[in-house]
Amino acid sequence: MQQLWLIPLLPLAGFALNGLLGRRFSKSVVNLIACGSVFLSFLWVLKSLSALGAFSGGLQDTYSEHYFTWIQSGALNISVDFAVDRLTSIMLMIVTGIGFLIHVYATGYMSHEGGYYRFFAYLNLFMFFMLTLVLGANFLLLFVGWEGVGLCSYLLIGFYFLEKFAGDAANKAFIVNRVGDFGFSLAVFLIVIHFGTLDFNTVFAKVKTMPVETSAGWLTAIALLLLVGACGKSAQIPLYVWLPDAMAGPTPVSALIHAATMVTAGVYMVARSSQIFLHAHGALNIVAIVGLATAFFAATIGLTQFDIKKVYAYSTVSQLGYMFLGLGTGAFSAGIFHVMTHAFFKALLFLGAGSVIHACGGEQDMRKMGGLRKYTPITMYTLLAATLAIAGVPFLSGAASKDLILESAYEYAPWMYWVGVFTAGMTAFYVTRAFCMTFFGEYRGEISAHGSTAGHGHSAPAAAAHGDDHGHDDKHDDHGHDDNGHGGHGHGEPHESPLVMTAPLMVLAVLSLVGGFINIPKFLEPMFPLHEGESAAWLEYTASAAGLIGIALAYFFYVVAPSIPDGIVKTFSIPYRWIYNKYFVDEFYDATIINPAIDGSRSLLWRAVDAGGIDRIVNGTGQVAQCIGGFLRRFQSGSIRSYAAWVVLGSILLIAYAGFMGGAK
Amino acid sequence: MTLLDAVLFLPLLGFIALLIAPASVSRMAALAISLGIFVVSLGLIGTVTDAPGVYSFVSNSQWIDVPSIKYHVGLDGLSLWLVILTTLLTPIAVLVSWKYIDQRVKLFYAFLILLEFGVIGVFVSLDLFLFYVFWEVSLVPMYFLIGIWGHERRIYAAVKFFLYTMAGSVLMLAAIIYLYSQTGTFDYVAILQKLTTGQVALTAQAQMLLFLAFFLSFAIKVPLFPLHTWLPDAHVEAPTAGSIMLASVMLKMGTYGLVRFCLPLFPETAHKAAPCVVALAVIGIVYGALVALVQPNMKKLVAYSSVSHLGFVVLGIFSFTQQGLDGAVYQMLNHGVSTGALFMLVGYLYERQHSLEISAYGGVATPAPNLAVVFLITTLASIGLPVLNGFVGEYLVLQGASQANFTWAVFAALGVILSACYMLWLYQRTFYGRASHSVSHHITDLNSREWAAALPLVLLMFWMGIYSQSFMPAISTQNALILQRVNGSAAAALQAPVVKEVANAR
Repeated sequence: MQQLWLIPLLPLAGFALNGLLGRRFSKSVVNLIACGSVFLSFLWVLKSLSALGAFSGGLQDTYSEHYFTWIQSGALNISVDFAVDRLTSIMLMIVTGIGFLIHVYATGYMSHEGGYYRFFAYLNLFMFFMLTLVLGANFLLLFVGWEGVGLCSYLLIGFYFLEKFAGDAANKAFIVNRVGDFGFSLAVFLIVIHFGTLDFNTVFAKVKTMPVETSAGWLTAIALLLLVGACGKSAQIPLYVWLPDAMAGPTPVSALIHAATMVTAGVYMVARSSQIFLHAHGALNIVAIVGLATAFFAATIGLTQFDIKKVYAYSTVSQLGYMFLGLGTGAFSAGIFHVMTHAFFKALLFLGAGSVIHACGGEQDMRKMGGLRKYTPITMYTLLAATLAIAGVPFLSGAASKDLILESAYEYAPWMYWVGVFTAGMTAFYVTRAFCMTFFGEYRGEISAHGSTAGHGHSAPAAAAHGDDHGHDDKHDDHGHDDNGHGGHGHGEPHESPLVMTAPLMVLAVLSLVGGFINIPKFLEPMFPLHEGESAAWLEYTASAAGLIGIALAYFFYVVAPSIPDGIVKTFSIPYRWIYNKYFVDEFYDATIINPAIDGSRSLLWRAVDAGGIDRIVNGTGQVAQCIGGFLRRFQSGSIRSYAAWVVLGSILLIAYAGFMGGAK
Repeated sequence: MTLLDAVLFLPLLGFIALLIAPASVSRMAALAISLGIFVVSLGLIGTVTDAPGVYSFVSNSQWIDVPSIKYHVGLDGLSLWLVILTTLLTPIAVLVSWKYIDQRVKLFYAFLILLEFGVIGVFVSLDLFLFYVFWEVSLVPMYFLIGIWGHERRIYAAVKFFLYTMAGSVLMLAAIIYLYSQTGTFDYVAILQKLTTGQVALTAQAQMLLFLAFFLSFAIKVPLFPLHTWLPDAHVEAPTAGSIMLASVMLKMGTYGLVRFCLPLFPETAHKAAPCVVALAVIGIVYGALVALVQPNMKKLVAYSSVSHLGFVVLGIFSFTQQGLDGAVYQMLNHGVSTGALFMLVGYLYERQHSLEISAYGGVATPAPNLAVVFLITTLASIGLPVLNGFVGEYLVLQGASQANFTWAVFAALGVILSACYMLWLYQRTFYGRASHSVSHHITDLNSREWAAALPLVLLMFWMGIYSQSFMPAISTQNALILQRVNGSAAAALQAPVVKEVANAR
């Protein structure tokens, strides 16, 4: 026994301690518990994995531990079992490793916020559920983690719950995810119907040996329903709409949950269920198309946003699309490879963005930034590493995994490769644009001696004790409800962040630069066999070229000749408006689903059917009965014996009548 | 005199004692009595879980000679947890009413304990006439709880509640008398025996009519769409304790009746009726959720959510699968715990702000963080978040339904999405945002008495969600027997569980 249960239980203990007693702890105790529990969990991951030989060529098969029966009904047995294989190993390392770095960063970022202990309790709870998600050895346990991380996401998006936009965004995230879970749960039902169990090992072993003719139809149904679930959690078309809004949460949350770990759960789940997808006719094709479409459309939106976190949010959606493209074209290991490299550079982008926001006193609009290289050199260089990595500069981590995905796409269908390459160019453009708008040029924010810049910051301290003592300003940026609060403490010039924030940035920067040399596809070979033969070299060169062109163009547009973008916007104002407003997808959903559901429920179901229809009939019956009752008053003799007689007589009449009617049929 | 007799009659003694005792000690006495009963009832668990498939603690003696009506009671895996739920919730209801009820205190607690007597009686009766008597006995105290201590439209709601239920139970009485005329006994076990062995054969029409009579009476109690309109009114007008008892245990009388009587007595008819019943259940799930979504009144919202949740229970029952039935019975308990807790918490809010309108709240989390946490956990339990109780029941119901007919599960699962919508929206509008002057002025956090009432339910939510094995085996064993009877004798309509292979044994 490796006592795998300790891995998630340690953060859970941290949650329990901070959640129950944190209000009385000092910040340093809260920090120690929150970061310490995750660090111990990380160490336990290392210890377990090395004991299982993951670092030394072992762990070829699945190692699992059984704890107790969770649900038992008839022949259906669902247990709390944890299992580790090579896929899980990677996820465990990412979740606990990156998770620890982000916890450390958050101790600096959140240091001025109210509800401090609550924040870290939620963060630890998230770690618990995320680790349960990747360790669970059956679909329902995966679902526990799946729903649990959704809950934590809900709680943390709504962390600044005094602000309406935070509550709205939290609800939206939870409910859109529930739509995905709807698909997931239907898939679970089908799996039980056809396999009689939810255990991964049994299900996948059976899939392999099933005759294709009998299984193809419902196997495809299972795969597509699982995909619906994955689309919810991993923000793919058509369920991606919650992720950009989720940026209402504090920035470390965006980095941990909405970039590095939780949103990749869908990718993990599809990779985990690869046997089902491989044997389900046509399912992978749809995975690839969904992924490619998401990558492309999200990238176009990313080109136009001004909120730095929004740019990175759409970038996340787009990069997740790449992962699905990889999965869908059969390159499962490349998809997981991209999960890892993306965790490095996207966590870094968000944490860097947080550092920038911190530096500017809560400002998130890039039009009010600029010239920050003077003030925040460490943030700038680390962000540069992340920017180059995601842009696909050769030899950096992003290029390594993205190229594998694109190569696989080319083998699958060349047009997918070309769309992917074009998207890579856009990716390079928008991240470089964000970088240039932030760090080059002159600082465009206001600088005041005693910190009125802080007015833009939304600090929404949470716990009662902290009340409203921070700077507040209800002014939002032009597109509404998306900036989150930070800072609010008085400050003058932008300033570099403290070491607890910059140290994680530096670690992640190194990982973003060299992470591509960790050969994940090789490591995953026992699970996902590698393709035979080499791909043509020009595929890689073209992809790299697209990235470099994107970088160059963005640099030219935003540093060398800053008037060009405005000109382009004016020329193409109609498509620009569409893209800038995210293709009006939210408005479309509001108009077609949400408003009809609410209005219909209110005016039709409640007022008309329930109150006006059913209840009126009931009360009408009552009135008729009253009239009859008035007539029957004379029978009210007050004698119990006569009542009894009437009851018996009535019953007999009723039975006789009923029998007669039944007989007449 | 068995332990079960004690658990059944202690509330009656308590009722009398409360009437005799001076009003000044009513609260303490009611708490002591109800807690005592709860502790005694815990003694029932071991024996029943050892042999959940047979009746334990059976008492069978003549009550009325002509016609022969027996005092025949017993407890099995199906009724055990419902009895425990009742004895647990009664002291909680007492605690919740501590400050809330300040008029006719003595009478209030007396009725509350009398209600416990009636409800326990319903769950343990094995004589149909006795069952009917308890069914009516439980009606009376609830009628007064709503009618005397309710809100403005209490009389309307109480009368509506009473008449609705009476309309159903008269039909049930007729059916019981007809069964007596055919079998010569009111004894449920004997009747079941005679029907099973074919000693007494009912015509198909008779079966259908009898089934309908029982079914209607139970369906009103559940309440199944479209017989639900008494429920929102009753809940809105009822005092907190009344709402808790009504939602948590009285609605379960209906679903219990379906499982205990409707299915085993008339299996073929149940199969025939299943498509219609399931259609109503599924409509209720979605309809209840949609109507809950737009309610401006908290209690109405929770009441409509009950319509939706109980739809799941009926769906599970009429899926005739092991998972469906297990889930349904588990969901009865879950609903008792989490909706009971919801009504309690709504009551707490009402005691502070004197309004049930959601719009009167907002930002409550700031002055009352603990209340916010407990409400959140209850909300999550209610919307079926894994590791909390609701998930286990909901999952099994849907799993069972999907095995019987996949389309049912698809529509019912929509209710899972919608439950998140209405509950989280309620939570957001109540607890998030900035506290208005009125809210921050009136709302205080939980006091220790309120904690004492809430904590057991919260702990149960986790326990039932994480370790269902404490409760499920007893339920499952008894359900398997019921299903054997239902599916066995309805071979034509058999929809056996589609699980093809036994899950690898552990």
